[in-house]
Amino acid sequence: MLPKAKLWLALTVAAVSMFSTNLQAAWELNMPQGVTQISRETYDLHMQILWWCVAIGVVVFGAMLWSIINHRKSKGAVAATFHESTKVEIVWTIIPFIILVLMAIPATRVLTQAYDSSESDLDIQITGYQWRWEYRYLREDSSDEEVAFYSNLSTPRDEINNLLPKQENYLLEVDNPLVIPINKKVRFLITSNDVIHAWWVPDFAVKKDAIPGFINEVWAIVEEPGVYRGQCAELCGLEHGFMPIVVHALPQDEYDAWYAGRQDQARAVRAQANNIVNMSDSLELGETIYGRTCIACHQAGGVGLPPAFPALAGSSVVNGDLTANIQLILNGVPGTAMASYSRMFTPVELAAVVTYIRNSFGNSTGDLIQPADVNALLEAQ
Amino acid sequence: MSASHDDHHHGPAKGLSRWLFTTNHKDIGTLYLWFSFAMFLLGGTFAMVIRAELFQPGLQLVEPNFFNQMTTMHGLIMVFGAVMPAFVGLANWLIPMMIGAPDMALPRMNNWSFWILPFAFAMLASTLFMDAGAPNFGWTFYAPLSTTYAPSTVTYFIFAVHLMGASSIMGSINIIATVLNMRAPGMTLMKMPLFVWTWLITAYLLIAVMPVLAGVVTMMLFDIHFGTSFFNAAGGGDPVLFQHVFWFFGHPEVYIMILPAFGVISAIIPTFARKRLFGYDSMVYASASIAFLSFIVWAHHMFTVGMPIAGELFFMYATMLIAVPTGVKVFNWVATMFRGSMTFETPMLFAIAFVVLFTMGGFTGLMLAITPADFQYQDTYFVVAHFHYVLVPGAVFSIMAAVYYWLPKWTGHMYDERLGKLHFWLSFVGVNVLFFPQHFLGLAGMPRRIPDYALQFADFNWISSVGGFLFGASQLILLVVVIKCIKGGKKATAQVWEGAQGLEWTIDSPAPYHTFTTPPDPKLIHAQ
Repeated sequence: MLPKAKLWLALTVAAVSMFSTNLQAAWELNMPQGVTQISRETYDLHMQILWWCVAIGVVVFGAMLWSIINHRKSKGAVAATFHESTKVEIVWTIIPFIILVLMAIPATRVLTQAYDSSESDLDIQITGYQWRWEYRYLREDSSDEEVAFYSNLSTPRDEINNLLPKQENYLLEVDNPLVIPINKKVRFLITSNDVIHAWWVPDFAVKKDAIPGFINEVWAIVEEPGVYRGQCAELCGLEHGFMPIVVHALPQDEYDAWYAGRQDQARAVRAQANNIVNMSDSLELGETIYGRTCIACHQAGGVGLPPAFPALAGSSVVNGDLTANIQLILNGVPGTAMASYSRMFTPVELAAVVTYIRNSFGNSTGDLIQPADVNALLEAQ
Repeated sequence: MSASHDDHHHGPAKGLSRWLFTTNHKDIGTLYLWFSFAMFLLGGTFAMVIRAELFQPGLQLVEPNFFNQMTTMHGLIMVFGAVMPAFVGLANWLIPMMIGAPDMALPRMNNWSFWILPFAFAMLASTLFMDAGAPNFGWTFYAPLSTTYAPSTVTYFIFAVHLMGASSIMGSINIIATVLNMRAPGMTLMKMPLFVWTWLITAYLLIAVMPVLAGVVTMMLFDIHFGTSFFNAAGGGDPVLFQHVFWFFGHPEVYIMILPAFGVISAIIPTFARKRLFGYDSMVYASASIAFLSFIVWAHHMFTVGMPIAGELFFMYATMLIAVPTGVKVFNWVATMFRGSMTFETPMLFAIAFVVLFTMGGFTGLMLAITPADFQYQDTYFVVAHFHYVLVPGAVFSIMAAVYYWLPKWTGHMYDERLGKLHFWLSFVGVNVLFFPQHFLGLAGMPRRIPDYALQFADFNWISSVGGFLFGASQLILLVVVIKCIKGGKKATAQVWEGAQGLEWTIDSPAPYHTFTTPPDPKLIHAQ
């Protein structure tokens, strides 16, 4: 007995020490109830089916356990000879069928509600990219300044690579969250630019695939202001685990202020497009963008992951013709993960990142690219 | 002189050529089973890499790209390399002995069905050593991730799938031809052991859906190399079409992996309950109903692709219906145990664990069928937990139960019961510690197929990983048990188990190289 007891003690100590290293982590067991009527009804449906299953399990496994305990040869049980009963078979075909009908009725009701995406107050087009989301607020009047932006993971790479301690919202934080008003029917029009992604916010009970060539509709009326987090739910390649979704739900007045601010920002970006930039600012901005976006494929130090993701260090493109280099970033390379970045970044940012890669990782072209150079190419398209 | 001539004619050939050129159903069954076990260990190694990376948040051991290769190869190898060949191996060994036939109907094709497989999997696994890396788009290989955006090795994957499909189709033709033509006199269809019945139905499923799989990978091949646009939206194609075609194969495939398991369990429980199987006829009809329903539920894998509501409702209702025949089966097994005279040798332990844990997988399957709830479950660890419950303590446990149950018949020796029980208990604890917490992870919002996760998922992930390592390591015990049993042990009688019924228990243990060269006495054939 003694060695056994020691073993248990050792196991317990090991288990306790593991818990203590992870004290702040949650032990969440169940689906969130969420902040929409649909999410609450979905939760209720989930719990209802779960309890049905538990009840059936108790009966079936109970009968089995009872037989295992009582009808064992070692207790002198003698086997009965019965082996069929049409009556019993009919009973245990019909009872489950009735239970299924009882489950199907509320399921049909909730599904019908969830599918009614008519009469929305606000439409937002969501486009999946490898590996970020684009949010585009649809306008009633096309002369309004458009609000559209990309939303990237903002968790630093060093946290992912265990070089920095992980923050509270590790892997669930983005640079530009989606912002929506509360108590308004917001319709999401979901599509993709490359492979299939899925846009999922558990608190809204909204999950819909983003499929190239299709526009899927889904909606939510969020009832409480707050920050809601989700993730891409469909395997979309290398960085599938690193394209989170963050939604800020704001009261209408705060939402309106945010929206107006975004419109001002968009005007300012256009105004800056012909600014003259200097080398050190460009390198700094370029490094930030590289670290946020390019690094996923081209890796730290520009070494890439050949053959799928080419190295930038010593690359013939990066050290070659400047215009061709800018064009490649603006247009992407069809059929590869190299997307078109012409709309993802401002001309200032695009110029900076080209300056950065042409003067880093051992590349030393000495080129300083001006936003106007990029703008000229953009306008020529 | 004539006696020695007979020996030569009836015994196996010597050396490697015995295995290369064999047309003997028992040899081929053995080959399939060893191959399947090797693939189980290989696919299991990949799973260990996955669980090791997921032990803690952050990237520790592998790059995301290699992680995706691991999840993909794990799925492909376990489905096509471990579970399916194991059941074909069992079919080869057992179906002729169960129906009183001397061999399979098409022995040369049988040899070929097997020998295609090592080449198919060598081709698939070789991609791991290529510059572009192994397939990394998931075992469901959704286009366009698996076409336009795939690594160049996808072509090896496509041809490997073609070969596996050809192997499966030939194996199925063989099983159908054997069961329909070679039953001993007196072995009517409704007297066949359920394992034979479920395999007959499975073989029809395979013939129906393997060409569909071949079709979908061929369409991929054309998209990749010949400029077609079946699945390329930019060329007018339809990425959702891929999923419809894939799951039209994929859902019956699920039942291909579980129907023979139902047959195994229906043989083992009556033996150790010492009581006839309850409701034999209803078991046959339930198996056939499940097979039929498997063709009209495929889009429940696609509830989030944006189907019209009529489609969502149809596939929800049809999927829920599967619970009825599946329930009948579980009730019948429990009724067989009820008022039996039970003992709990290793095969029975695995069989009981199968009934309980497979049923739990069935419960989560029912939950997943409820479309609005599925919007929350889809592509999370809840799904991972669900299908691993039906496939690991489901299909895989049934295969282990079968190995322990028939091993004395195959080797002529009893296996080491203590080691067998140790294997069972470690597997049982390991598999639950491994997969049960994954339900919680999925409900709390952890997507599947991610190499790194948010901090709130950390605790259940390390628990799951510990269970994974325990389960993985325990499988080496099975290897030890089998090798020990081949080398020696207590001599097995022909009957082996006190309560065993059926023709395979009327022949010597080990089963002679050739059995039933003349049909068995019809009096030996009883109703099941």
